[in-house]
Amino acid sequence: MQTTLGAPTTEALAFFLVISVIALAITYWSARRARSTQESTPEIDAAGGGVSALQNGLALSGDYMSAASFLGIAGMVALKGYDGMIYATGWLVGWPALMFLIAEPLRNLGKYTFADVVAFRLRQTPVRIASAIGGVLTVLFYTIAQMVGSGNLIQLMFGISYESALIIVGVIMLAYVLCGGASATTWVQIIKAVLLLGGVTILAVMVLSQFSFNPGSLYSAVASKYGQAALEPGSQVSNAWDAVSLGIALMFGLLGLPHILTRFYTVPDAKTARTSVLYATGFIGYFYIIIPIVGFGAAALVGRGLIGRVDEGGNMAALLLAESMAGTPFLGFIAAVAFATILAVVAGLTMAGASALSRDIYAHVVKKGRATEREEMRVARWSTVVFASVAVLLGVVFKGQNVAYLVGLAFAIACSANFPALLLSIVWRRFTTAGAVASILTGSVLTVLLIILSPTIQIDVLKHTTAYFPLRNPAIVSMTVSFIVAILASLVTRERSAETAFDDEKLWTYLGIGAE
Amino acid sequence: MKRTARQMLDSPEFKRMVTKKRTVSVILTMALFVIYYGYIVLIAVNKPLMAQKVGEVTTVGIPLGVAVILLSWVLTAIYVVWANRVHDPEVRDLKSKVQ
Repeated sequence: MQTTLGAPTTEALAFFLVISVIALAITYWSARRARSTQESTPEIDAAGGGVSALQNGLALSGDYMSAASFLGIAGMVALKGYDGMIYATGWLVGWPALMFLIAEPLRNLGKYTFADVVAFRLRQTPVRIASAIGGVLTVLFYTIAQMVGSGNLIQLMFGISYESALIIVGVIMLAYVLCGGASATTWVQIIKAVLLLGGVTILAVMVLSQFSFNPGSLYSAVASKYGQAALEPGSQVSNAWDAVSLGIALMFGLLGLPHILTRFYTVPDAKTARTSVLYATGFIGYFYIIIPIVGFGAAALVGRGLIGRVDEGGNMAALLLAESMAGTPFLGFIAAVAFATILAVVAGLTMAGASALSRDIYAHVVKKGRATEREEMRVARWSTVVFASVAVLLGVVFKGQNVAYLVGLAFAIACSANFPALLLSIVWRRFTTAGAVASILTGSVLTVLLIILSPTIQIDVLKHTTAYFPLRNPAIVSMTVSFIVAILASLVTRERSAETAFDDEKLWTYLGIGAE
Repeated sequence: MKRTARQMLDSPEFKRMVTKKRTVSVILTMALFVIYYGYIVLIAVNKPLMAQKVGEVTTVGIPLGVAVILLSWVLTAIYVVWANRVHDPEVRDLKSKVQ
């Protein structure tokens, strides 16, 4: 087939711009509405308390489902066949684990951020410094994945170079954040979830309509074009350790991203919170069950040759499919949905990164809690600029990588830096400040180091012939080491106050009440 | 009879509730591990099994992947029903006994 991607058409561009502006306007409007109602915690918006389980479930899914993982997984399935499905399953399994292990205690504890939870009975300052470092690294890698996705998108929609596309994305994102349109309000996330679920459903239905709604015929078409191998596990998981390592990152990474947990406090009680997780798990499960259909559809109807030529990582497969099914206006529509949702995620992440720097490091540590609001704002603004520039630069480094794979790396950092400290702080009485700090720092630094030594950087980016570290996702090593370090460092130190406070914490975590 | 926080922590009822909650969490987590890592390890070590056909060309791996997602949802549902029906009333009861 012929594609107009890379050579922009007025029709596609018009659709793209109109939908993007509408999406951004809605975001801006609802963010303002939330602000004008004077909420004390910016993350908890006006809807707080009055949000139903279904609404909160949609908002949770909106927070979690990014266009990047949609574009990335569809592309991976299109180019690599069955292997992409392994990613799709991994994206859901963190949710039950989250529910069983930490959701409830954290809700009962009434703490909103990772640092607040871990520092609950430990010494504030060291824990806050360490968790800000871990948090910034996690958020940075998550942002890179979104940058690569949106860079590809803008490059193709406007027919400009990838590097200039990234700079444009960086500037738009900065403008968006600095104008204050980034608070992750419930409504923005609900709209985002509905747009993504709707877009993917339309694509999947269109694909299946070509095969008389029989997935078997779709698979036959793929197999006749690319052989039976497209439907079998292949090279992506040649190494069993790599597969398990990826699985660990995807499952526990979610548990290390506590900004998701903030949504538990926007509903009135524990019952609603749980039911909303059940809804969210349903929506997200549905999303990842149908994305492979889009991916296989792209392989059968668009062809791997074109998908790979347009973008090495396959990230544009879903867009090419949209174009081939319903022409350039639909391409513009799907591209705009993807771009608007990516922008919402990136803006939220940038805010999280900047606030870790300005609040945890600057206000709590440098100024010892005596920073004025204006000083803190100024530091937050500058951190945003620095953060966005670094993200653009790293976006260039990771050019041509599949974005779903890149999100997997962010999850590897989250599960190594944050998850061990979070879990041990709520279940282990003997856990100490030294243990928490050592675990967070070891986890984050080791993960980044192992990524640098992995085949992705050594072979794909630096063009060396071998890599120092064999696994593409380091979670299995980095998370294990992080746990060991946490336990050893806690055993060699002793913190009586933390042990006494553990009993109080237990009353909180199980009953939701504080002891005097 | 109202109790202090300390008495509550040491009471057999509180300990029983904690043990029960932990047992449910651990069992469900283990089930999730068996399902998900079982699937991953099966892919890694027994590709021929995953490549077996169940339809004309459809391989075992495809329905298994979908099953992992569906079963994860079912496990979540089991937890939610248990917590709403059994766990919540127990917590409410204990909470009312603390000063």
